[in-house]
Amino acid sequence: MMLDMEMNKIHIENLNVFAGRQQILKDININIPKNKITVILGPSGCGKTTLLKCMNRLTDLYPELKVTGKVLINDKNVLDPHADIVTLRQYMGLLMQRPYPLPMTIYNNIAYGLKLRGVKSRRDLHKQVMHYLQLANLWDEVRHRLREPASRLSIGQQQRLCLARGLAVNPEIILADEPTSALDPISSQYIETKFTELKNDYTIVLVTHVLRQARRIADYVVFMYLGEVIEQGTVEEVFGNPKMEKTKQYLGGTFN
Amino acid sequence: MYLLNRIQRHRVNYTWMIVSLVLVASLPFLLFLGLYLKSFLLIHDYHLGDLLFSKEWKPGSGKFGFYPFIVGSIWVTLIAMLISGPICILTAIYVTQYTKKRFLRIMHPAIDILAGIPSVVYGLWGILVIVPFISDFVGPLFGVKTLGYSILAAGLVLSIMIIPFILNILIEIFRTIPIELKEASLSLGATQWETIKHVLFKKALPGIIAAFGFGLARAFGETMAVLMVVGNVVNLPKSVFDPGYTLPALIANNYGEMLSIPKYDSALMFAALILLAVSLFFNLVMHFFIDRYNKLAA
Amino acid sequence: MKRSKKIEESFFKVLMVIATYSILAVLALIMYSIFAKGIKAMSWEVLTTVPSGGYYYGKGGGILNAILGSLSLAFGATLLAFLIGLPVALYINVFLVRYKNAVRMIRFILDLVWGIPSIVYGAFGFSMMILLGIQTSLLAGTITVTLFILPIMIRSMDEILRTVPIGLSEAAYSLGSNKSELAFKIFTRQTISGIITAILLSFGRGIGDAASVLFTAGYTDNLPNSLMEPVATLPLSIFFQLSSPVPAVQDRAYASALVLTLIILLVSLFSRGLGKRYHKTKINF
Repeated sequence: MMLDMEMNKIHIENLNVFAGRQQILKDININIPKNKITVILGPSGCGKTTLLKCMNRLTDLYPELKVTGKVLINDKNVLDPHADIVTLRQYMGLLMQRPYPLPMTIYNNIAYGLKLRGVKSRRDLHKQVMHYLQLANLWDEVRHRLREPASRLSIGQQQRLCLARGLAVNPEIILADEPTSALDPISSQYIETKFTELKNDYTIVLVTHVLRQARRIADYVVFMYLGEVIEQGTVEEVFGNPKMEKTKQYLGGTFN
Repeated sequence: MYLLNRIQRHRVNYTWMIVSLVLVASLPFLLFLGLYLKSFLLIHDYHLGDLLFSKEWKPGSGKFGFYPFIVGSIWVTLIAMLISGPICILTAIYVTQYTKKRFLRIMHPAIDILAGIPSVVYGLWGILVIVPFISDFVGPLFGVKTLGYSILAAGLVLSIMIIPFILNILIEIFRTIPIELKEASLSLGATQWETIKHVLFKKALPGIIAAFGFGLARAFGETMAVLMVVGNVVNLPKSVFDPGYTLPALIANNYGEMLSIPKYDSALMFAALILLAVSLFFNLVMHFFIDRYNKLAA
Repeated sequence: MKRSKKIEESFFKVLMVIATYSILAVLALIMYSIFAKGIKAMSWEVLTTVPSGGYYYGKGGGILNAILGSLSLAFGATLLAFLIGLPVALYINVFLVRYKNAVRMIRFILDLVWGIPSIVYGAFGFSMMILLGIQTSLLAGTITVTLFILPIMIRSMDEILRTVPIGLSEAAYSLGSNKSELAFKIFTRQTISGIITAILLSFGRGIGDAASVLFTAGYTDNLPNSLMEPVATLPLSIFFQLSSPVPAVQDRAYASALVLTLIILLVSLFSRGLGKRYHKTKINF
């Protein structure tokens, strides 16, 4: 491994996921570097999203999934049944394929996470809501409609709201699952630019199947195929000089 | 081979469809018109406000005050809703959020059977179990002497009858909330219960209100089971242990003698008209509600 | 703070468990009461004879009149409702499929009609009988119950027909079918078990309802032998016999209730079995 262990934020060791008899993830070992954008790349159905959901244990919601192995974040194993998963999840903000604003006002979408974090006074709430909406470049568009239901925003705005919502719990990591797949090109570009800014303060894990997106913003690349990690390394290594045949084929566009 | 050729068969089929459709679509209007015409005699001779709010019910001397029946119906319906409402919400959340999918496979047939049991059988069960339960246990518990045939008995039986109806809708509503919404809330560090309380419940709220509205309309018109346990005494009940009378029970109980007293049949048809109006009103409002909710969700 | 969160969740979880299991317990209790009382009162005589002289004072006889009456009334009403309901459901899903607003309107009306209490149908049926000069009879009862189960029949069929994929219509059209052939030949065959489920559901509703037949079907101790004569029904036999002060007559009410409940359970069991198969296998044609 090129990057030294001190610089790694997430360690995934021997992660296996089964759905009934089918194995969805096979013996995954990844180190995700701190303050970098790590792109998990691969054709659809290769287990990328499941891998992401293992990191904050949303796999709990799918009783049919059986997860073994370790996901270490700050040396705490997320997959440990005794772990305080509720607190651990606050280390990670999640951005999904489509924006799912909570069924409440724009303001409360942000305040929800803040309150969970223990922010109580109205002044603090107000200040922080404003701060995170500004951080997601949404403030100017919504400052006069904070009391409207979030569902009235456009899809692009909703996704930025979800980003602000995720940042508001003050995470160290951002998990993003194809966050631009439902967006128009301008909103997509905005999210990408934002990620490159945010990586100074956050560790970003981005799942995508769009090769060009990976090329544009990735620092570190994990290439997956059929539930296995085929190859991982810095963007120069994987894109510039792929070692595995499957990676070469994927990069060359032979299969998708 | 065939009596008619293809085109002729098409025409026959088409006519058959149109005639049926017109018949069905005109049904609510026919019902309304029929009942209105039959109760016209009464509405014409009396003031509508007097009919609805007068307490005196003496058909023999031409006094038709529906107030006791309306009040009785409202009491019984509200009690039924107060009991079944929370039970349905709690159960719907439990079976959709806390149990394995296998549990729903037990729950669904149970709900179906509860929904299928006929009203008279519920009434019979009410007489066998609920009425003695109230006269021997609940009444003494509150220091009240009661025969058991009471507003409370009717409310209790009715609450069981509308549970399957409301519960089915609620389970469907909670099941169709996208799992991503749960993921979003959990990933922000909410516990499962916080997610249910602040996100899922809020998301489901319009649907819950609609389900309650439909259940309420259903309870208001329920006849046989209520008739069998409510006591059928024309008065304004002072407590839930008093017997009462409801609009549907009024109609069902007096069908035999209605032709012997002038305007009596008109009065009963007027009661039916009230029931129809209440049912249509609630269903109408709830449908608009659901429609708006669906549009917002889309 | 964390602790109070936990306590709150546990508290509500306990409530949920209580609510859920109390529903199941009540169902079990109801079934137990009906079966315990009913089986005690059940005998061959009850099932196979009509009331004889002195029946209502506790002497011999049975409820065959009500069993046969209910079955014939419910069969008749289900058949009529099917003959009116199927074309409507097909029309909505084949002919009107492109007119979304019209379809929505019709479904809306059907849902409204579905919500109307059965006593209102009974009252309406009765007023129509007076208008037309018909006595309480099998015919009047059947027509009233038909109206009552019609929306149930149509909406249940409609829900199944909606699921027919558009590709099937396209394939049929491209083979030169016209719309009514598509409707009556292809849609019905594709959804046959769903349609049977709708029929069974309506039958179960029809046979169990008392309020709609109270004024219209009347009651008699004889077997039905013409459409224009009154007919006994199970729900009403329960209702009337239960209000008797004679214990032997009340017992027959329990027997009637058991018979009625068994019929409905059987119907619902049957439709459930069908429903499962419907999901597993596709119909070939």
